Amino acid sequence: MANVTFRSITKQFGAFTAVNDVSFEIADGEFVCLLGPSGCGKTTTLRMIAGLEQPTSGRILIGAADVTEAKPKERDIGMVFQDYALFPHMTIADNIAYPLKVRGVGQAERRRRAAEVAKNLSIDQLLDRRPGQISGGQQQRTSVARAVVHKPKVYLFDEPLSNLDAKLRLEARSFLKHLQRELGVTSLYVTHDQAEAMAMADRVAVMDRGEIVQFGPPLEVYRQPATTFVANFLGSPPMNLLSVRYAGGAFASSTFELDASPFAGRLRDVRDGSELTLGIRPEHVRMGGEGDRWRIPGEVYAVEPLGPESLVTLRVAGALVTARLFGDDPPTATGAASFAFDPAHLHVFGQDGRRLAAR
Amino acid sequence: MRVVKHVLGRVAFYVVAAVFAAVFALPLLWLVFAPFGSRATLSVALPDPFTLSNFGRVFANTFAVRALFQNSIIQAVGTMILVTLLATLAAYALSRAPIRGRDVLSYGLVLFSSIVTGTAAMVPIFLLIFNLGLIDTHMGVILVFTGGLLPAAIFIMRDFVDSIPRSYEESALVAGASPWGMFRDIALPIVRPGMMVVGVWTFVNVWGGFLVPFILLRSPTKMPAAVAIYSFYTEGGTPIITLTTAYALLYTLPVLALYLFVNWKYGFRFFGGIKS
Repeated sequence: MANVTFRSITKQFGAFTAVNDVSFEIADGEFVCLLGPSGCGKTTTLRMIAGLEQPTSGRILIGAADVTEAKPKERDIGMVFQDYALFPHMTIADNIAYPLKVRGVGQAERRRRAAEVAKNLSIDQLLDRRPGQISGGQQQRTSVARAVVHKPKVYLFDEPLSNLDAKLRLEARSFLKHLQRELGVTSLYVTHDQAEAMAMADRVAVMDRGEIVQFGPPLEVYRQPATTFVANFLGSPPMNLLSVRYAGGAFASSTFELDASPFAGRLRDVRDGSELTLGIRPEHVRMGGEGDRWRIPGEVYAVEPLGPESLVTLRVAGALVTARLFGDDPPTATGAASFAFDPAHLHVFGQDGRRLAAR
Repeated sequence: MRVVKHVLGRVAFYVVAAVFAAVFALPLLWLVFAPFGSRATLSVALPDPFTLSNFGRVFANTFAVRALFQNSIIQAVGTMILVTLLATLAAYALSRAPIRGRDVLSYGLVLFSSIVTGTAAMVPIFLLIFNLGLIDTHMGVILVFTGGLLPAAIFIMRDFVDSIPRSYEESALVAGASPWGMFRDIALPIVRPGMMVVGVWTFVNVWGGFLVPFILLRSPTKMPAAVAIYSFYTEGGTPIITLTTAYALLYTLPVLALYLFVNWKYGFRFFGGIKS
């Protein structure tokens, strides 16, 4: 059990900077998700903790020990790989027990502990098979078993669910979260799937182009996205973003104008005539009528009934705006329509893409 | 009409295929039938009368028997072990270590070794082995074969190692293995099918090699089978077909046996363990 500390870590591959001056701390027993698009540096960050990559500069601490230069075997970690990387020539039991074998644990004790972990993960009936003879979900559990069998200080997960089909993925997600809570081991989980990060993490670190853009509890990151990047990355469908001009106390676009007076506090430092971005979550948008003061007009682009909810997309001033409407019957709107919303849910982002916080 | 065209097409295809097959199969059939006949002929025919007397005469030739079951085995197995081991280690390094220009090195090795043929380099090789004091030794033959086969073996092996995902090795390292432990427990067993391919390929090459042992060896007691087959020629230089074919048939058996053994014991196959 230990916390993990990153102190201004930079990693360069030749001229390319994969991770740029990243600092953070994962508390003991905490479950942190590194979330970001492919190529954002999240896997490199994970691999530096594992000792598979060396940082160009900065220090990495596990517990009180500086492990920046330590070999992987000196770090006492358990890692689940995206492709599972089960050893094809070994049985499931030998695969699970491999970390014990390299630590010099005897054959009988290895077999006993592998069987115990396998039983916890409901794969104990597979111990004598080989990786090629079991299903994807079972392979995934085996690789988790191998990562936890030696009771390491830190768990690392490198997109462990991305190779499972949709149904198994949901099952494995709850299972991994439950397991991590039960074992209470510090964990870092890399994913590009925002739903996974939201569902599992105590805290989410959103990465973009080698930097951590926002680091906080999932709901905080969801409700108060620091930038348009975070707003657009989290949520399915993501937050609607509309470019507007701030002029004369109003947000103006080519087809609508909205009263900006409720946001006066946030806009104090914004010059008249600035280009801003408005953001609103699809679940905070509803079909608009004549009586709505906060209303944006558009053309119906698509209506997608999904069962418990429907997605309605309007084309508004050249951009697409989506509403999630809950209820039994999908709306039948065609042609001209409008969306309405409560200004309390509206986010305003400055020219640099940062969210303007209420003061 | 279309059906007729299709049928005619199939017929033509099988006729052509059968002709090609016959061209390759006839010499093999001849090799299987000829040793069991009492008279020498160059045509393929069921042996009549059937006899094993040719094999009796072959086994009476102690020089040829020792060549086949001792010298050829020593040279082929020795080279096989050396080439497979060195090629595996070299290919692993070339595939995994961040060496500048490793692709140029690999391709250069293969091109160079295939352009500079053994025949052209025979004089300098002879001088080299002579100065090393290895003329007329098995070791001399093994070293020259190893040098000649190693570049291509490294190339084949490297292709094989390249195809193995690194996450196997990384997961072993993260699990706590030392680099050497990881190589022994994980990398080596996983590349073993490739080592088998290279091993059999090396064995076959040395098994059929004539020029190198012919030039580097002096004493008849060290000659391999490829050279010893000439002891079944008359003094006038014509082959005694019954005996050369009987010896040639025996000559193919160890290679077949090796192939079957490797295939049965290790298999030229690969288990999955990576999900992609």
